[in-house]
Amino acid sequence: MDQSLFTSILFATVVAGTPLIITALGELVTEKSGVLNLGPEGMMSVGAIAAFAVTHHTGNPWLGILAGMVAGMLMSLLFAFMALTLMANQVASGLALSIFGVGLSAFIGKPYESVALPSIVPMHIPLLADIPYIGPALFQQQALVYFSWILIGAVAWFLYKSKAGLILRAVGESPVSAHEIGHPVILIRYLATLFGGAMAGVGGAFLSVFYTPMWVEGMVAGRGWISLALVVFATWRPLRVMIGAYLFGGAMITQMFVQGSGLKLSIPAQFLSSLPYLATIVVLVLISRNLKTIRLNSPASLGQPFLPDA
Amino acid sequence: MNTRKSVATILGGAVLLAATSLLAQAPTKVGFVYVSPIGDAGWTYQHDLGRKQMEAALSGKVTTQFVENVPEGADAERVIREMAQSGCKVVFTTSFGYMNPTLKVAPTYPNTVFMHATGYKTAANVGQYNARFYEGRYLNGVIAGKMTKSNIAGYVAAFPIPEVLQGINAFTQGMKSVNPKAEVRVIWVNSWFDPGKEREAALTLISQGADMVTHHTDSTAVVQAAEEKGVYSFSYHSDMSKYGPKTQLSGTTHIWGEFYIKTIKDVMAGNWKPTSVWGGIKDGMIKIAPMNAAVPKDVKALVTKLEGEIRSGKRHPFVGPVLDQDGKTRVPAGQVMKDEELNKMDYYVQGVDSKLPKS
Repeated sequence: MDQSLFTSILFATVVAGTPLIITALGELVTEKSGVLNLGPEGMMSVGAIAAFAVTHHTGNPWLGILAGMVAGMLMSLLFAFMALTLMANQVASGLALSIFGVGLSAFIGKPYESVALPSIVPMHIPLLADIPYIGPALFQQQALVYFSWILIGAVAWFLYKSKAGLILRAVGESPVSAHEIGHPVILIRYLATLFGGAMAGVGGAFLSVFYTPMWVEGMVAGRGWISLALVVFATWRPLRVMIGAYLFGGAMITQMFVQGSGLKLSIPAQFLSSLPYLATIVVLVLISRNLKTIRLNSPASLGQPFLPDA
Repeated sequence: MNTRKSVATILGGAVLLAATSLLAQAPTKVGFVYVSPIGDAGWTYQHDLGRKQMEAALSGKVTTQFVENVPEGADAERVIREMAQSGCKVVFTTSFGYMNPTLKVAPTYPNTVFMHATGYKTAANVGQYNARFYEGRYLNGVIAGKMTKSNIAGYVAAFPIPEVLQGINAFTQGMKSVNPKAEVRVIWVNSWFDPGKEREAALTLISQGADMVTHHTDSTAVVQAAEEKGVYSFSYHSDMSKYGPKTQLSGTTHIWGEFYIKTIKDVMAGNWKPTSVWGGIKDGMIKIAPMNAAVPKDVKALVTKLEGEIRSGKRHPFVGPVLDQDGKTRVPAGQVMKDEELNKMDYYVQGVDSKLPKS
């Protein structure tokens, strides 16, 4: 073996966590504006097939990612129109979006089921990639992995250091006050929702173009729902989303390594496969157990419709 | 006048005759219930190939219809009932979890034949059918045992039920029969279908030294991951060489077409009986996928020979002595494993280097 065990576990953990980080950060921004979109599973599915189809036809994975992004945005636009313009119930519309998205992706994807994409060569970062142990795990990854790291910083900066982020959070806390002082609440919520859709689309694109370069119906396999849960358990903090996502990926990969190691451990398989969920929830609940900060971080108007002229 | 009348009578009679013969030749309606989308490879895909083969072979005499992606449970019962109600003479229900819904619907439609796959209960108009997947696995194991360099094979498995354990154990038996040093490692992903997880499991096994991988899950992810890493693989359900042109050495595939043709012919002739069919290589229900050019000639010849022996009944993948992991004798020397024992398998044989999860 040319790779140490540690390196391969770390590598796989990062890969498994990446789609969750990207999707969850998008959802985080959406929720910070006070909109609860339960549609990531559907948006990821449509993003995945759009990215796959475009990559297949053009041979260019970057165009594929772009297509995934646009597809995710279109899906979220549909949701935004229902929930923000027509004031439909956000929970119901979001659930509908998920169900619709999974079905739509299956429908669009029919002709692509027999197609295989060439796997994409990872991007090595000079110098850093040569660090022993960590280098091969962290800096010989797919470009979207680096993108997810930049995204964490960008979202954190945007929300807590920029004026636009402050306004977005204000809209999420008290849309009435934000409206009173002249901010276009609905427009801001539209934009935040579109960003969430775009990121879910990219998350889906990562799955179908980079992670497992193929299209099969149902390939998102619940990752949208996990992202959604991550946002809540991470109490809407970008860095904690990252911790949660890697923890989830790490626990999943580690239990596989334990199973494949030839160690004679007899642990119920059901327990092993529920381990990632348990570990993530327990750790995130522990690090964010302070009720006051939970209340501080959670957008006060989450899920409530806003009628500008009320 | 008279002649005219008789002409009319003859004509009328002819029309009547034609009508009755038309009625007699009205195509038999056959329905299929699938648990997953048909897709491009996998369990349901193989059943649909069988359906198409049957329709082509009996063209004009049958019409077929299918519903895919039917969840096991209440939905299944509704779909099965609708098929019988709409006049299907034969309904194939192709997933384990359809067993009870099938048995529940059957008494209401005594003139319809129901065939349920992979279950164990029969009734007056309900038959069972399944394939001896493990025979193909054994042959795949022989290839793996001959070609491995690290002596470690990786196995990505869904759930620890007898059908899956038969495959793991048969693969191990085959591997050990030609390579006593070989061991098999298993990762359970607890899902029939999750390409991401299947892929991670395969990569994990590969990074831990496995240079042969196979899977008992539904997607093509394992074969694809192996191709990427340049590690040999064996497909399951379908031939997946399209996803692993260089590295898929062979595979275990299910062929249902001949069985479907025979069943429909029996029903048409009135010879059908509610039996349990468990067919293998001999019956043409199991075939190994074409062997890759990378497989050496002598190995190919050996596998072909063993395949012939299994077909003729001379060889059984579980011929005694079969010891389980704890050293307990499961089949004494000189005997072969009985079908009831196969169906209850809940242990690993020696050579599997993982511990079976408690359930």
